[in-house]
Amino acid sequence: MIKRRINIRMSGLGGQGVVTSAHVMAMAASKDGRQAISNPFFGAEKRMAPAEAYVRIGIERIYDRGELVYPEVIEVFHPQVINQGKSYTMPFYSGIKRGGLVIINANMELLTDEDKQRLSDMEVAVYYVNATELALEIASTELSTNMGMIGSVAGITKCVSMQALDLALQDRFGKKYVASGGTATLDQAITKKFAKKELLLAKNLAVVKKAYDLGVEWAEKNHVELTVAAA
Amino acid sequence: MDSHSIIGTKNKKGQTFTDPYHLFFEAQRIPSFFTGSEVIKEAIRRASVDLMVAYPITPQSEAAALIGELYAEGYVTDYMRGENEFGVMSECAGGSFGGARVFTTTAGPGTMRAMENFPMWSGARLPIEMIVTCRGINSPLSIQPDTLEIYFLLETGMLVWHAETAQDFYDWILMGFMVAEQPDVHLPIAICCDGFFVTHTKDVVNLTPADMCLPPYDPYRSPVPCMDMECPPVRMMRDPFIMKSNYISYATHASWQQEVRAAIERSRKHTIPLLHGLIETENTDAEILIVSSGTAVSQGREAIRLLADEGLRVGLVKIKSLRPWPYHEIREATKHAKHIFVPEFNVAGWMAREIKSTIPDSDRVVVGPHVAGGMTMPPEVIVEHIQRTLGKSVATLAGRGS
Repeated sequence: MIKRRINIRMSGLGGQGVVTSAHVMAMAASKDGRQAISNPFFGAEKRMAPAEAYVRIGIERIYDRGELVYPEVIEVFHPQVINQGKSYTMPFYSGIKRGGLVIINANMELLTDEDKQRLSDMEVAVYYVNATELALEIASTELSTNMGMIGSVAGITKCVSMQALDLALQDRFGKKYVASGGTATLDQAITKKFAKKELLLAKNLAVVKKAYDLGVEWAEKNHVELTVAAA
Repeated sequence: MDSHSIIGTKNKKGQTFTDPYHLFFEAQRIPSFFTGSEVIKEAIRRASVDLMVAYPITPQSEAAALIGELYAEGYVTDYMRGENEFGVMSECAGGSFGGARVFTTTAGPGTMRAMENFPMWSGARLPIEMIVTCRGINSPLSIQPDTLEIYFLLETGMLVWHAETAQDFYDWILMGFMVAEQPDVHLPIAICCDGFFVTHTKDVVNLTPADMCLPPYDPYRSPVPCMDMECPPVRMMRDPFIMKSNYISYATHASWQQEVRAAIERSRKHTIPLLHGLIETENTDAEILIVSSGTAVSQGREAIRLLADEGLRVGLVKIKSLRPWPYHEIREATKHAKHIFVPEFNVAGWMAREIKSTIPDSDRVVVGPHVAGGMTMPPEVIVEHIQRTLGKSVATLAGRGS
C-alpha cells in the first residue's frame, strides 16, 4: 500500500541510539524532499530504561506531535522491550494500524502464539533482523545496532533513500553536534571505536546498507508493500 | 552620517543592525532542519541580547546550554548561571533595571519556584523576555508537556504568547523583544511552547540571515527611569511609593496594576501587525470548531484532516496571544459555531474556561478532549471526542496501556 504518510514508532532502551535513529531518518526524508518530523519520548535519561522516538514521513505538511499511539510501523530495538515490558505499551504493538509492520531486533522468536494471532488478524507483517549481530560483524561495535534498524525500515518501506541516509549520517556524525550530556558521552564512545571519523561514517553506512538490502529482499520475497508516496 | 540611527551599522560580530520589519518580512529566509532548542539558539544569535541567565531544567536545558555557546562566540554580551530559578529571575531583574536586554529560559517546576518575580517584573516595567518550555509541574513528576504553568502566568501582568511550532517560536522570540520594549508597553513577556513537542522535535524552520540582527534595546525609551547608579540604591522604588505612606503612594497603589493591564492591551497595536493578528482562523463558517493554543492546535489540524476524510467539515481557531486575550476576535470567530471543542494539554481545562467566559451561549463549549501529566493527544482521540459528542457511534480506540 502506498501511503500519504508513514508513522514509525521506535521502541528501545536508553543508550541504544533510538532517538538518533529517528533524527537520522527524518533528516534523510527531508533531504529526499519529503516532509518529516522526528521527536523523542523518554523519562530520565538512563541507560537501559525504556526510550522511544517517532518519525513521521509524508508528502504533506505534518502537524502531529508527541507520542505515536497509532503507528504504521513499530521497530523494537531490544528484546527487553517485549520480554521485560520495557515499553510504554503492553503489549508493545498496541495501537498498530491494520496492514502495519513490526521489525524486531532479536536472534530468537519473542512473540507468543496469542501475539502472532492478534498481529495476523490485523494483517501486520513481522520481520526479525539481527541488527546487533550485523553491527558487531560489520562495524565491530554493538553501538551501531541502530544503523541496522534504520536500514531495515528504509529497505522494506523505501521511505528514505540510501543516498539521503548517507548525507544524513554525515550531518549527524561528521559535524559538531550539540546534544544532551548522555548523548554526548555516547557520541564520544562511538567516536573512540574508530581511528578516523571517515571510518566511523563508512562502517556505520555499511551496516545501514546491509540491513537495507536484507529488508528489500525480505519485502520482495514476502510481498510486503508498505511505502510512502514519492515527494 | 546625518542620522544617529544605529540601523545599517555593524556589531562586533559583523552582524548588521537591521530594521525589524525588514528582518521579519523582507529578508531572505533560509530553510533549516533543526530541533526546537537549536532554533531558540539561532533566534538569540540574531536578537542582540545583553544578558542571559541560565539554570538547568528539562526541557529547556539544551537551549540554555546552547546560548552559553553563543556567549562563548561573542553573540551574547553576558551569561550568568543562576543558583536556582528564584535567583535566575531576580538576576534577570537586576540586569533589566540596569538597562540591559535580558533573556532567560525556564520550564515547569522551575517556573513555579520563580513565580514571585514575575509580577515584580511587570510592576517594575522590566521588558525581560522569558521562554517557557512547558512540562508537568506536579508529582508524580513528568518532563513531558503539560500547560498548567501557563495558567499560573496569566495574571502576573506579563505578556503571554503560546507558540504552536518551532517556526512560531523562532519568529516570536525576535518579535517579542520588539513588542515588549515599546515605551507604551514596556512589560516582561513569556513566550511559551509545549516542551519536547517543540524543543526536541526536528522540523523545518525558515531562519532569517545570520548576518542580520535586531537593533539593541534602548533603556532610555523606558516609561520609568532605569536604575541609575548615581541615585542609589534602587530608584524605581522612590521613597514615597512604598507602603501607602502618603497620598501619592496611595494613589499609585490604587492605579498601577490597572496601568500594567492597560499596557498589556496597548501591546495589541504592536503585536497584531507582527503576528498577523492575535488569532489565526480557518473555515470559521463551519458548525464545528476546534479552538486552542500551542500543540493542541497542531493535533487539531490533523484531526480536521481525518474528519474531512469522513465528510465532516470542522473549522479552527488558533489563539496565539493569551495576554492580551483576544476577546473580540474570539467572539467574532466563534459566532457561527454550534459546537466549540477545546483540546488541552492540562487537567484543569483552563483554556475552555477562558473561552466560556468570553463568548455568548457558552454551553456551546465542549471542554476537551484533554490529556494531562505529559500524555500525548493523538488526533484520533480528538476525532473520537467530536464524533461521540455529535452522537455518532464510534469504535472505541485501543489506547496505549490497553
